[in-house]
Amino acid sequence: MLELRNVSFQVDEEGKEKEIVRDISLTVPERKLIVVTGPNGGGKSTLARLISGIEKPTGGRIFFGGEDITEKSVTERSRMGIAYAFQQPVRFKGIRVLDLVRIAAGKTVSVGEACEYLAAVGLCARDYVNREVNASLSGGELKRIEIATVLARHAKLSVFDEPEAGIDLWSFRNLIDVFRNMREAIADSSILVISHQERILNIADEIIVIRDGRVDRQGSREEIYPSLEADSAEPEACERLIQAMGEKEGDA
Amino acid sequence: MDEIQRRLLLEVADLHEVPEGAYNIRANSQSAGRRSTANIEITSKTEVSGLEIRIRPGTRNESVHIPVVMTESGLKEVVYNDFYVGEGADVVIVAGCGIDNCGNQDSQHDGIHRFFVGPGAKIRYVEKHYGSGDGKGKRILNPVTEVYMERNSTMEMEMVQIKGVDDTIRTTKAVLDAGAKLVVRERLMTHGVQQAVSTYNVELNGEGSSADVVSRSVARDQSFQKFDAKVIGRAPCSGHTECDSIIMDQGRILAVPGLEADHVDASLFHEAAIGKIAGEQLMKLMTLGLTEAEAEEQIINGFLR
Repeated sequence: MLELRNVSFQVDEEGKEKEIVRDISLTVPERKLIVVTGPNGGGKSTLARLISGIEKPTGGRIFFGGEDITEKSVTERSRMGIAYAFQQPVRFKGIRVLDLVRIAAGKTVSVGEACEYLAAVGLCARDYVNREVNASLSGGELKRIEIATVLARHAKLSVFDEPEAGIDLWSFRNLIDVFRNMREAIADSSILVISHQERILNIADEIIVIRDGRVDRQGSREEIYPSLEADSAEPEACERLIQAMGEKEGDA
Repeated sequence: MDEIQRRLLLEVADLHEVPEGAYNIRANSQSAGRRSTANIEITSKTEVSGLEIRIRPGTRNESVHIPVVMTESGLKEVVYNDFYVGEGADVVIVAGCGIDNCGNQDSQHDGIHRFFVGPGAKIRYVEKHYGSGDGKGKRILNPVTEVYMERNSTMEMEMVQIKGVDDTIRTTKAVLDAGAKLVVRERLMTHGVQQAVSTYNVELNGEGSSADVVSRSVARDQSFQKFDAKVIGRAPCSGHTECDSIIMDQGRILAVPGLEADHVDASLFHEAAIGKIAGEQLMKLMTLGLTEAEAEEQIINGFLR
């Protein structure tokens, strides 16, 4: 389905070249739910942006359905069947939820059909179809609408960047059901989710751990999951923070 | 009425046929049809060009349409329309002007509208301006709107100018008595080398009066817009103005929000934001399969809805 061959991505940061993604090769097979995890700042979101075409790799090739899509635009990739849910959904003045679902579906969907996508992410559609996708919606509401627009695409490959970020607990339970249902309904499609959440990791077919811009390890859930508890990203960050605070106190 | 006039009528007043209720259709400076109703009387002014529209107190659920269409190149007219709205009336007024200019001379319509809104009356006013035609002559519209609002009256104004008007100077003045409420929604798009100036002067003179003036605009190509909104609070009142604009290409926008509080309990507030379309908005719609141009169109259509 999707293959990355030796993909690299460098940015110029204050005159210095910084490598965010270093020589990553990986494959997302058909009919699989892959979860990409690993420490923050490790290059996971950049990977999603490279797949969707928002960023172009500085090295390597990307193949989709056997075709080299490295030079293809965001629009072309979308039309080929790649969908991408942003980590931070975009707000629009004047564009309604219904409009966005219709654009996503690529055809005129009825209000009833649009409502089904919204219901699938736990939104009472009646209250939302005519709302504007603007600042009046909460972060959690926006996030769910973002996921609904990806569902409406019926894409061959759906990429979700931290779908759990900014979502309240109630929505989170719902979210797990959304992915579980997507996993069950998977036919000739694949799903790639970037996540730290154990409940999402738990429904993965395969887990890929990205660290410092490289594939740290990858394999089946059974293989990788037990090793994650030992080096989960959050405790590491917390430890760094505690350590940093300790240093400051030491200074004083 | 010919085909072009019919098309203009559809653009500015959503009219396919003769409207329900009271109406006056002005085509190339002539009346092309008029009807008064039992509650709404339309008569011609005698000294200057224009209409007097008298709406009886208590008139409810009725509408007045007074569209203007111009298809002859080189026409220049100034029209004075006065609306007298009786106490407690609740009506919809649809104005609007469409100019089709295929010639080389400028066509210009300056509509001076005055509204005398009686106590407790409620008006919804819709005004659309539209221009078409590929002649060298300009299509010019300079509307002046004056609104005098008595106690507890309400006026909602929706003013739209999306396409084809080369030059416009729009002046809106409102004077509000106690408890009166004014809501303005203006939508403006300019392209080519068009120029548009929109000036508001709202006086909140009575206790509990309020005004909410919101302009959304898009300036494309080499066009220029100026939004100049002033609200004066002379009593315990609340006023809000907002100018929210998108610039594209070499478009330019000047926003001049003005607030004047002459009373300690006047609460006035303004917002102004100008910027190009956010890159992430384009990107999001492109990930949904739209091209960049299609994404732009969707964003602008939504913004100006």
